[in-house]
Amino acid sequence: MTDASTGFVAPATSGVLLVLAHPALERSRANRALAKAAKGLSGVTFKDLYEIYPDFAVDIEAEQAALLAHDVIALQFPLYWYSTPALMKEWLDLVWLHGFAYGEGGEALKGKKLFVACSTGASAKAYHMHGYNRFSMDEFLRPLEQTAHLCGMEWETPFVVHGASVKDDAALKAEAERYKARVASLLPASRVSNKAET
Amino acid sequence: MENFLTQTLVYLGAAVVSVPIAKRLGLGSVLGYLIAGVVIGPFALGLVGEQADVMKFAEFGVVILLFLIGLEVQPSMLWDMRKAIFGLGGAQVLGTALAIAAASLALGLPWQTALAVGLVLAMSSTAIVLQTLDEKGLRQGPVGRAAFGVLLLQDLAVIPMFALLPLLATGAAGHATDGGGHGGGSLVAHLPIWAQTLSVFAAVGGVIGGGRYLVQPLFRFIAKARLREIFVAAALLIVVAVASVMQIVGLSPALGAFLAGVVLAESEFRRELESDIEPFRGLLLGLFFITVGAGVNLPLVASRPLQLLGIVVGLMVLKFIVMYGIARLFGAPKRGAMAVATALAQGGEFAFVLLSFTVGAGVIGVQLAALLTAAVAVSMALTPVAMILYERVAALMDAAIPDVVPDTGDFDEGEPDIIIAGFGRFGQITGRLLQANGFKSTVLDSDIEQIELLQRFGRRVHYGDATRLDLLRAAGAERARMLIVAVDDREKTVELVETARKAFPNLVILARAWDRRHAYDLLANGADAVERETFESALALGATALQKLGFRAHRAHRAAAFFRRHDRRVFEELRPMWGQEEAYILASRDAAKTMDRLLDADLHRMRPGDAGGAWDTASLDEELRERAEQEGAG
Repeated sequence: MTDASTGFVAPATSGVLLVLAHPALERSRANRALAKAAKGLSGVTFKDLYEIYPDFAVDIEAEQAALLAHDVIALQFPLYWYSTPALMKEWLDLVWLHGFAYGEGGEALKGKKLFVACSTGASAKAYHMHGYNRFSMDEFLRPLEQTAHLCGMEWETPFVVHGASVKDDAALKAEAERYKARVASLLPASRVSNKAET
Repeated sequence: MENFLTQTLVYLGAAVVSVPIAKRLGLGSVLGYLIAGVVIGPFALGLVGEQADVMKFAEFGVVILLFLIGLEVQPSMLWDMRKAIFGLGGAQVLGTALAIAAASLALGLPWQTALAVGLVLAMSSTAIVLQTLDEKGLRQGPVGRAAFGVLLLQDLAVIPMFALLPLLATGAAGHATDGGGHGGGSLVAHLPIWAQTLSVFAAVGGVIGGGRYLVQPLFRFIAKARLREIFVAAALLIVVAVASVMQIVGLSPALGAFLAGVVLAESEFRRELESDIEPFRGLLLGLFFITVGAGVNLPLVASRPLQLLGIVVGLMVLKFIVMYGIARLFGAPKRGAMAVATALAQGGEFAFVLLSFTVGAGVIGVQLAALLTAAVAVSMALTPVAMILYERVAALMDAAIPDVVPDTGDFDEGEPDIIIAGFGRFGQITGRLLQANGFKSTVLDSDIEQIELLQRFGRRVHYGDATRLDLLRAAGAERARMLIVAVDDREKTVELVETARKAFPNLVILARAWDRRHAYDLLANGADAVERETFESALALGATALQKLGFRAHRAHRAAAFFRRHDRRVFEELRPMWGQEEAYILASRDAAKTMDRLLDADLHRMRPGDAGGAWDTASLDEELRERAEQEGAG
């Protein structure tokens, strides 16, 4: 990982930057299971935002360096009011700046992949035109999809776990395995071996 | 006088030589003392003459032991443990006494003697059991709780036994008892019965009332004087005074000491008392064991090795079976029952007291008593061996049944999660936060006025200087998870961190530091984390200042957070240089420059008007303006 104080250096990129935002991870079953399954993969750099920035004082330089150093940016979070939890939004607001992530001279993330993994409390049926939430998950994730587009990133098909709080342990375990496989598939094979050499 | 010095020389010399050797050999200190006694006794080297004189003095060790046990017994805990104490303990004493009595009867002893033997051998060794359980880490679990309950009832049962045993005298009927066995000398024996009863009640009431209303103010007064040795003297004074009062009215001094301990168990001086008296207990009990060892009739024992072996094995097996059965009846799992039964299968130190007492009362013959004394000593020695045997068997059981549920139980026995040393301005805030989040803490402070003030607010604080290792230990440092050092003294904080780190390697130690230099010192001495005492509050004041100077609240908050982050980073970066004055100063100058640069950059980034209130930089505004112009043109 990069040293935060060194600011904008462009190290050799590799692997997945998995950014998790969950304000009460200790109470979450789904997100804990998913994170645990994926963060052990070699080539994955794991960041638990609520653990690193309990005071919301996001370190812009360090975060930008981390973004630069990875090929795949994965955002994992529970859906709160049809959006990300507050700190992940703060992180986006502070780190993905004009001139860095988008706009004139903002090409730092160009060509990287943006992958979203999201859990919801309600069942899949609720996220439907005729369901309780009236819109599909794709529609709710549009802001992030457009973020990827604006930054010149590839938008990966999101990974969604519905009914996270009502799933039993076996079902959650299966989801976690599925998630791990998905994250592993995002790892650029050559980059991983590169990293292993250094 | 000369004789006294020689005797002291012999006793101390024997202890100093034999106890460390016994410990090295894994035999435990009790056995070391016993062996030392045997060696210097009249049947081996014959270095000591008047063993009975020393015995009287040494028995004061038992009195102190009971005082300390009393200190451990808070009335609320007695109530919580009533099932373990009165159920399990009562059943153990009765069951074991009857079983041993029956066995003795079968061996041809008269029933009175058999019963006396049963009662005497029903006792287990508090000192050995608690030490063994502590070493195995079993003290806090259900096993330790059950064992402690049984031991406590045994200690209590000694008192009626002193009254009962003389009634079993087979020789001269009505053999005079001397009220409690430890010394005797009731001054009220000549009074009419009603006056004797009255004096007993008065004495007990005096101990309870005095403990509550006289002793506490006395300790407070002494604590303010800050004279350690006077505090120790006062503690001893109380034990001796209580023991004397009890003796005068014809009660057991041990009972009185126990009672006094219970009364003081709720006081804030409990931990300090424990630590101060503990060395005396150890020494006097040691002396007691030596005198017991000196009393062992070696030729007699040596002439009947098989008989001795038979008694030891019979005693341990019988005690094990009875205790195991009772524990199972009380719903303990197999393993727990086995552990408790193994731990309690030996004879106890009270057996020695009771044996010499029964000989005096004409209940048990001198020869039998000598044999039993030796048997109890051997069974004590075998306790560690038995525990190892138990562990082997338990391991086999574990292998046989894969899904053994470990002894978890609730560990709520007044043991703290956290020890807070120093409960002033700093410690209190930390302590309150931790307590509000459900963690139990033990608080130590050496400022008696502060303690008094806090008690008025209903907080429980123990008096004591936390730099003392024994006090930390008494506060439960061996089992606590964390030590928070908030002592109001720079040097003492470093000293405390250093001692605690060495003695309790598993303890997480957090310390309050004066400034950066002190913080480095503390980390170098083994603190896991430090907090500079004024750092956070000064930052908060700085943020408030920024706000009062016109910053919006969030901006001020961010500025403080930014400063904090950089300062912490510099703190870590300079840490390796600590101790090398030159390099440190150089690096620290460098760091200050970097800090200034970074702060300046942030100031620049956050300049009002630049970003139009959004988080994004001015470049976005420019681009948007350009785009708007193009659109306007197009």
